[in-house]
Amino acid sequence: MQAKRLSALLAFLLLCAGGMAQQSHIGNLAGHAGAGKGLYRRYCIFCHGAYGDGTGENAAYLDPKPRDFTKGTFKCRSTPSGSLPLDSDLFDSIGRGFHGSGMPSWRALTKQQRADLVAYIKTFSPRFEEEKPGAALQMTAETPNKPESVQHGAELFQNMNCWTCHGKEGRGNGPNAHGLTDSKGNPIAPFDLTSGMHLKCGDSSAAVYRDLMTGLDGTPMPSFSDAMKPEEAWDLVHYIEMLQVSAKKGLVVKAAEKGE
Amino acid sequence: MKAKLVGSLFAIAVIGAVAFGNINRRLIAHAASTIVVKGTVKIQGMAPRGTHIDMSQDPKCGHSAATTEDVMTDNGSLENAVVYVSAGLGDAKFDPPTQPVTLEQKGCTYKPHVIALRVNQPLNVVNSDQTTHNIHPSPNNNRELNQSQPPGVPFTMTFAREEIAIPVKCNIHPWMKSYFAVFKHPFFAVSGKDGTFEIANLPAGTYTVTAWHEKLGTSFQKITVGDGETKSLDFVFKAPGS
Repeated sequence: MQAKRLSALLAFLLLCAGGMAQQSHIGNLAGHAGAGKGLYRRYCIFCHGAYGDGTGENAAYLDPKPRDFTKGTFKCRSTPSGSLPLDSDLFDSIGRGFHGSGMPSWRALTKQQRADLVAYIKTFSPRFEEEKPGAALQMTAETPNKPESVQHGAELFQNMNCWTCHGKEGRGNGPNAHGLTDSKGNPIAPFDLTSGMHLKCGDSSAAVYRDLMTGLDGTPMPSFSDAMKPEEAWDLVHYIEMLQVSAKKGLVVKAAEKGE
Repeated sequence: MKAKLVGSLFAIAVIGAVAFGNINRRLIAHAASTIVVKGTVKIQGMAPRGTHIDMSQDPKCGHSAATTEDVMTDNGSLENAVVYVSAGLGDAKFDPPTQPVTLEQKGCTYKPHVIALRVNQPLNVVNSDQTTHNIHPSPNNNRELNQSQPPGVPFTMTFAREEIAIPVKCNIHPWMKSYFAVFKHPFFAVSGKDGTFEIANLPAGTYTVTAWHEKLGTSFQKITVGDGETKSLDFVFKAPGS
């Protein structure tokens, strides 16, 4: 009985020594860094590098550059700007991939494999052992997508200075657009909201809301969590969705010609 | 059974040794000392003149006569140099700071241009303008964040690790630049308009004092100070191209 207790204690101590960052938890899934390591070497190392710092051999040919995991800074999160992502954020990013970049969708891997990769990726930055992720964003129910909401969103687009990067018509050609850099100093372009392209962190209304309220860390896109109330953020989401639709129908161009 | 027992005892011994080692960190009581290190930071050669900033992109910034603040000089003195003790303190620990420091966004510029503060000291960011800014520090050794800040909305942040210095910008007003120098200890100062600085309450000992400037680089000197001494120390930076 004594021996069992002592060996349980030893096992617990060894677990602590190993570091809790070696595990990931997404819903019912538990990922393990040990299993993720082999997958990383097979699928990820060529871009993200052996040290997870984004300097794999393919990186020189890629724009945007592969994520540097050692910084603990990630674009697509449910947590406040400056905070670590949740395991589920990383899991979703691996599955979804990043449109407009060299990061493909990895849904071809099983959920368990993706969970294992999340656990391994967390070992690249000491931040995952030193800090906990911030509180997840509380999603409020979407407000009705009415013309008043879109109109108010247009006003916010002006007043919150979104246009300085994204342009008056949302085309990504604002006065600041040419000089923007990401946190590594590489040139980065503001998203052309009229392009109809997939957004990096997901296309749903909820994803756009989350982009606004958590920002895309490592880029010039800030979090508006202190700047807007949830209803206002939804107004902006509706305006952005209007821009996306309008592009396909050429309505934005017509409105600009009319001087609206 | 015996092997398990030995294994467990070994693990406990390892944990114990690590814990004991941490207790051994020196704690310097931050008692008032009468030692003062003061001096002037100077620039040698023709100082580049600040260029006028065109703020017409945002009329809410107001009609501004602001010029770039990369190198601020006044008759040979250099402003906004961070002077600090870079070696000699060992791994001593100091009382944590309680007073916040404030960064103000006014006239679409940061006031002050360079801020020096302590690890985990609250930094209050104030937006006194009629336009929305965003506060975007890009650290190497701290968390990066990017928070939009409308007029009058307060925002506070802290930095967990020492870093000299963190560049800070506003993505909406790209001419806005600031630097945060974050320290583990309280022995630092930012040179004023006349280039002067003063570091007080340093314990007696031998130190390396470094001066850092955002454009002109760093320069350091070694000093030894005894009780009750006022040490005079000047730094001279060469203007670019001289």
